[in-house]
Amino acid sequence: MVTDFLILLKQELVVTVLIFLLFIIKLGKDRTNETILNLVNVLLLLNFAAGFFGCKEGMLFNEMFRTNPLVALEKNILNLAVWIISMQSYAWLRTHKHVIEFYVLLLSTLLGMFFMISSNNLLMFYLGLELSTIPLAAAVNFDLAKRQSSEAAFKMIISSAFSSALLLFGISLVYGVTGAIGYTELSAHLLARDPLHIFAFILLISGFLFKISAVPFHLWTADVYEGAPVAVTAYLSVVSKAAVLFVFVSVLYTVFKPLQSAWYNLLFILSLLTIIIGNLFALRQNNLKRFLAFSSIAQVGFIMVGISAGSQQGMASVVYFILIYVFSNLAAFGVISLISAVTGKENISDYKALYTTNPLLTWILTIALFSLAGVPPTAGFFGKFFLLIAGAAKGNYWLIGIAALNMVVSFYYYLRLVKAMFMDTNEDPIAAVTIPAWSKLALYICVTGIVVTGLLSCIYDHIFSFSFGL
Amino acid sequence: MNLSLLILLPLVTAVVVLFCKGLKQVRAVALIGSLIQLAAACWLLVLYWNERGAGNASPMLFELNYTWFKPLQINYHIGVDGISIAMILLTASVVVAGILVSWTMEKLSKEFFFLLLLLSMGAYGFFISLDLFTLFFFLEIAVIPKFLLIGIWGSGKKEYSAMKLALMLMAGSALVFVGLMGVYYNTHSFDIMQISQMKIPVEVQNFFFPFAFVGFGIFAALFPFHTWVPDGHASAPTAASMFLAGISMKLGGYGCLRVATFLMPDAAHHYAWVIILLATIAIIYGAFATMMQTDLKYINAYSSVSHCGFVILGIGMLTETSINGAVLQMVSHGLMTALFFAAIGMIYSRTHTRMVAQLGGLLKVMPFISTIFVIAGLCSLGLPGFSGFVAEMTVFMGSWQNPDAWYRLATILACASIVVTAVYILRAAGKTVMGPMNETYAALTDATWNEKLAAVILMIGIVAIGIAPFLINRLINPSAANIMKQVGSVVIAK
Repeated sequence: MVTDFLILLKQELVVTVLIFLLFIIKLGKDRTNETILNLVNVLLLLNFAAGFFGCKEGMLFNEMFRTNPLVALEKNILNLAVWIISMQSYAWLRTHKHVIEFYVLLLSTLLGMFFMISSNNLLMFYLGLELSTIPLAAAVNFDLAKRQSSEAAFKMIISSAFSSALLLFGISLVYGVTGAIGYTELSAHLLARDPLHIFAFILLISGFLFKISAVPFHLWTADVYEGAPVAVTAYLSVVSKAAVLFVFVSVLYTVFKPLQSAWYNLLFILSLLTIIIGNLFALRQNNLKRFLAFSSIAQVGFIMVGISAGSQQGMASVVYFILIYVFSNLAAFGVISLISAVTGKENISDYKALYTTNPLLTWILTIALFSLAGVPPTAGFFGKFFLLIAGAAKGNYWLIGIAALNMVVSFYYYLRLVKAMFMDTNEDPIAAVTIPAWSKLALYICVTGIVVTGLLSCIYDHIFSFSFGL
Repeated sequence: MNLSLLILLPLVTAVVVLFCKGLKQVRAVALIGSLIQLAAACWLLVLYWNERGAGNASPMLFELNYTWFKPLQINYHIGVDGISIAMILLTASVVVAGILVSWTMEKLSKEFFFLLLLLSMGAYGFFISLDLFTLFFFLEIAVIPKFLLIGIWGSGKKEYSAMKLALMLMAGSALVFVGLMGVYYNTHSFDIMQISQMKIPVEVQNFFFPFAFVGFGIFAALFPFHTWVPDGHASAPTAASMFLAGISMKLGGYGCLRVATFLMPDAAHHYAWVIILLATIAIIYGAFATMMQTDLKYINAYSSVSHCGFVILGIGMLTETSINGAVLQMVSHGLMTALFFAAIGMIYSRTHTRMVAQLGGLLKVMPFISTIFVIAGLCSLGLPGFSGFVAEMTVFMGSWQNPDAWYRLATILACASIVVTAVYILRAAGKTVMGPMNETYAALTDATWNEKLAAVILMIGIVAIGIAPFLINRLINPSAANIMKQVGSVVIAK
């Protein structure tokens, strides 16, 4: 019984131990930031490595918590992302006064996400969601001297509270109409024809859409991303979105299976709107963080196309794409965060002629952008191709065609940045940036991931073997 | 021969280039790599002859088939027939010539040659793919290097042209993607040879054929989607122009034939009139638009629109001879335009102008360059003895076999465009090469060894096809017949 408990809960336990370890370090004698950062990065690597061992299927806590190989894999994708982000923020945190607190906040949100992904009960889901949101709002405020940062945190906490309220209302309605709160009983009691069931479902789904910043709940994204420190922006746009998307897809495929006809159409229309609006806003941004905020909205739209497929292929492509998205987006954020930490410049116009001074960083950013745009041989091409192929299985060729043409629009704004870096001239280009070893490692991991994840089919096959359809 | 070699060779060369230092090392590595590619392509031709001579009549030779993404039925399936080998030979010659022409590329030389080699890898991969996914994969690989090549090393309004080209070609591949998806969901296969054995319902074909054809057509400068061609060519550096016109526009023609027409034959018959109409417009419009141009690169770019119209026309006419002619025209046009652009680049690098009005009497100062310029021009207007004549003649013959009166009218109009071609070619060549010499050019030098070698390699192809067309016909014809057996030829007029 105890060993079962330890094995099933191992990823959560490791993260909890890490958090307490950080507290102990904080209580001990003063250490330099470098030592702490080195230690934390190594610990996070161990955390990531530990996630590969001993995946088992099982339930805990009166069926409130469930885990299986797919869930373990999803959690490990998040572990990987957190490790990469931590390495990338080295240059920023080196001089920061509250390093340990930052990591405590970050790991607490991670813990929340783990519980959310493993939830088998709406209450557990809500618990995990809140645990992952509130510390994150504090992390958004971590550029303590910047006013914009606290403004962003405030915006985030208010909008999260709003979405939580919607979610809670939805949960209480669901409980009211079905009398159940666990996922297993819920799917047996939900009815597609009852308006109240549908209404409860829509409230619930709005809470999800809020977190993944899909249209029409996308408005908070750009402001929060812009105000937050780059590391936190990367965390928000990759880890926190990925976690909610993982839950979203599995909840739709299991709990809300009876309502498939309702969510299929909803999802399809919203995904197209999300892609189009994300793209249109991304076209004219100058601040790189805002730019990536809108581009990530569009990316989420593509993921929703894959979710709408409702097949094993759809789920596999969603998880696969998120893995690719982790690599590509973090490669982009890695470069931006490094340059921002050293020079404080965050605008596209500052990046003009970057290639003359920082060729390596320029190439990495270019590869990342190509992957986001879906250009072969980067993994982004495979990811998008599989998402759209999965989405087209229902015969919605027109809508898929619109999505495909939107890739061309997205191509324009990614190329705009490439053009600025390679082709434009600049009297005062960003000076050559020295890359700390940890950041370099993180960037190389991302680039390797971008190249390898697509070309090696075993990764997709691996994910596919764990996935399930309706 | 393992066909993967054709993908690996440019890839390895490109990676080695990244580790080189200085222009001298980079260009030496690039040249050696591209010469090995050319040798491999020739060796492939020899092996292919032997295999066919031994009586192997299967439609594709040297096939390799590995499972790539099993859940999605995606395979890494490659193989060649006569048509692909012709395109591979074309690619290999243009790559060598392009690298020789950029021998003195000082600016960011490493990146330049890297991108050229990457582009060639995309082209080889495209021509040998027998799986729609790999084909699409390589098609898109070939787009991005063009954007960077034009945007970084180009001239004039290069950023605008680069962006326009990249976006239009990407839109083309998005359309191709929709077409592929339709094919995939009605056959549950990405394998070209497998799909060709299946029957896709006619209404499905009619729905998806336009996507695939227009998508590839954008690459092949199909009217009215040709607008990227003039800007792209004019702004590109010489080698990139040669690659664009010589290789990448052929990706489109090949795709129209191998994917759209071959896999959706009923729709190809159904839409033949639209294809022929657009092709005829492109031929005539391109020819007249060329007459108005004053910049040598624009002249060649617009004439490319006109010449690529013959490719589309040949495909649209759907007779064995016309398909044969379309492939011949692709090869011929590829070599001829590459030579033309090479000559223009050589002239431009010396005189620093491409305006016809400012040039004159170049034959006296640079006889070699002027000669190849004239040869390329004569080939372009279809002078017997050069490849252009053979190719266009075959297209016309094949088109005339189609008994429909309207199509014959189109053929006549297309034929008539040759007169217009003669006008602009002779005028441009006469003004540039002959005539009174501009005194400022008196001290200019003739072609260097690398430029001569580049021109000779391209000219060998042009003249060989022109003098002994049966050689290449024996290569292309059985494969074209194979395609037509699948597509179903129209009733041929006696």
